[in-house]
Amino acid sequence: MTVMHQLEPLTGTPTDWVVEDIPAGTFRVNRNALIDEAVFRDEMRSIFDRCWLYVGHESEIPKPGDFRARDVGNRPLIFWHSDDGVKRVFYNSCRHRGALVCRVPQGNTRSMSCFYHAWTYGSTGALHGLPGEEGYGPTFDRACMGLLSPAKVDSYRGFVFACVDPGAVDLRTYLAGAADYIDLVADQAEAQEIVPGAHEYSADANWKLFVENGFDGYHLLPLHITYFEYLEKVEGRRPNVSSLDEAIDLGNGHAAVRTRGPWARPVARWTPALGEQNRERVEAAYAELVRKYGPERADLIGRVDRIGVIFPNLIILDIMGVVVRQITPTSAGHTKITQWSLATAGEGADMRARRLGNFITFQGPGGFATPDDLEALEACQAGYRTGVGVPWSDISRGMHREHSGQSCSFSDELQMRAFWRQWQKLMRA
Amino acid sequence: MIPNGLTSSVINRASVGDGYVRVRDGGLGTAVAQFLYDEAALLDEWRLDEWLALFHPQAAQYLIPSPEDLSDDPATTLHLVNDAMTTLAGRIGRLKSKHAHAESPRSRTRRQISNVRVWQGPDDLLSRSVFDVTRVRGGVVDRYVGVYEHQLLPGGNEDTPWLIGRRRVLIDHSIESAGGQVSILL
Repeated sequence: MTVMHQLEPLTGTPTDWVVEDIPAGTFRVNRNALIDEAVFRDEMRSIFDRCWLYVGHESEIPKPGDFRARDVGNRPLIFWHSDDGVKRVFYNSCRHRGALVCRVPQGNTRSMSCFYHAWTYGSTGALHGLPGEEGYGPTFDRACMGLLSPAKVDSYRGFVFACVDPGAVDLRTYLAGAADYIDLVADQAEAQEIVPGAHEYSADANWKLFVENGFDGYHLLPLHITYFEYLEKVEGRRPNVSSLDEAIDLGNGHAAVRTRGPWARPVARWTPALGEQNRERVEAAYAELVRKYGPERADLIGRVDRIGVIFPNLIILDIMGVVVRQITPTSAGHTKITQWSLATAGEGADMRARRLGNFITFQGPGGFATPDDLEALEACQAGYRTGVGVPWSDISRGMHREHSGQSCSFSDELQMRAFWRQWQKLMRA
Repeated sequence: MIPNGLTSSVINRASVGDGYVRVRDGGLGTAVAQFLYDEAALLDEWRLDEWLALFHPQAAQYLIPSPEDLSDDPATTLHLVNDAMTTLAGRIGRLKSKHAHAESPRSRTRRQISNVRVWQGPDDLLSRSVFDVTRVRGGVVDRYVGVYEHQLLPGGNEDTPWLIGRRRVLIDHSIESAGGQVSILL
C-alpha cells in the first residue's frame, strides 16, 4: 500500500501546537493539546491561575447572609453576601487544616463554622472564634486568620469574576470587547436574575472542545437536525434563513457569533412557542428597547441571537433565553459543566415557564440537543487515540475571508481561532 | 467531598397531598405495580410508541427536576425535562431517528422498580416507587437511582387500566455520576 502522506510526529511543546499558516490558509491545532495531562497541568498554571474566572451572578445572593458554594476552575470558593452589604468571594478552605468550611451548595447564614475543629468565620471572612484560643501563644493573631480571598474580585453588570493573580489587569481591561457583549445581554431588561436550579453535567472530553462547541455555528444543522425537525413541526414553518451571520473577535481570547435563529426570544422575538397571550408583552418589551436605545441597538439587543465565549471558560448563550455556562476542566479528558438560566426579573409566571421550557427543550443534559453535543465531543476525544497517525485538528474554515478583510460568518471558525491564539499566547508566556 | 445539595424533602414528604388516602388493598397495589413493570418493559424493549400511548393526551407531563434542586414546580425552577404531550411525542420522534446521535446506536436499559406505594385521590391514583435504571452503552455501565411519581388517570383499557398523567422522575445523584447526561427516557 502506498503511503500518501508523511506522518507528522507529536513533538515539540505546547507553543508549537497552534500553527497558523496564512498563505496556505491553514490553522491547525496539535491534538496533544487536547489529550496530554502535562498540558492540562500547564493550563491550570498558565491560564486558569492568570485569567479572570466567572464566579456567579449578583442576583444569586440578594440578601445579607446569602451564600453559594462554587467550584471555579476546580477551586472551591464561597460566594457570600456579607453583613456589611459587600458581595465577597472566599477560598472555601479553613485556615487551620484546610477542610471545606462550607459543605452545602447554598443557604443564608451570618457565620460558618468549620466542622473539624469549630473555627468560626463571619460573613466578612473574619475569624470570629475558635475553641481554646488560649492554647495559642501571644504571637497568634486572630485578625490575620480570616478566610482568604482570591487576589482580585470584581463584577461587571452583575457578573462576578475572581482572579488569583495579583498582577492581573483589572476586570474591565481584561474583558475588552466582551464588555459590550455583556452589555447587550444585560440591557435586555431593567433587572435580570438567575432562575433557581442549575444543570450540572459532564463528558469525557477536553474542556477546550466545550469552548469550541459552544459557539460552533457550523455544527448546528448537521448535528442537531432532530431539534430543527421538531421546531419545524411545532412552529408550523421552516426555520428562517438568517440575514445576519457573523463571527467577531472581541480581543484577549474572547469572541462571539451573531445570527438570527428560528426560535423564540423572550426578549423580543415572539413566535407561537411563547403563547398568544404573551405576544403583546414581548412586543411592548421590544418597543421599550427601541425607545431607550434606538432601533439599531434595540434590534441588536432584542432580536439578534448571540453566543460569546469569555476566555477561558465562560459561555453566555443569548439565544432562546440566556444561558450562563461555566466550564470546569477536571483532567485532560474530563470536563464538568454547570449552567444557569438568566431571566428578566418580574417577567410574569407564564412567560417564565415558557422561557424555561424553551431553554430545556434544546439545552441541558435532558434536552434535544446537548446529549448529541456531548456524544460528538466524546467521539472527538476517542478519535484522538489515533495519536501520531492523525496528529492535527483543522480550524481553517473562513480563513481566506478573515485575512482578506471580509466579515466571517458564524459558521466560520474565526471565533475558535481567536480562542486558540490567546491560549497559545498564555501557554508561551 | 464536594457539596451536592441533594434535597430529600420532596421524597420524604409523608403524605402526597390533601384528599389522598394510602391504598392498603393488596389487589389494587399489585395491579399498579404490574402496570409499572409493564411500562418499564416497554421502555427497556424500546417500544416507544406504545409507551407514549400510555399517556393521557391532555394531562401528560414527563418531568425530571434537576437533581440539585428537586423542586416540584417546573414553571419556576430549572428542570432537566418538562414535557407535555407535544414535546414528549417530539422526544420520542427524535429518539427513533438515526440522527439522535447520543442514542444511535442506542443504549440497553434495565429498570428495576420496587417499594411501590399507592394513594387514592378523588379522581386519580398516585404511586411512588423506587427505581434503579442501568444503562449500558459502548461498554460503559451507568446507573440512575431515584423515585418515580406516577399520576394514574382513569380511561385505559383492559390491557392498560390507566393512563399516565404526571410522571416525575426524582434522581438521587448528580447527572455527572451517571454518564453526564440523560439521553435515555428515565
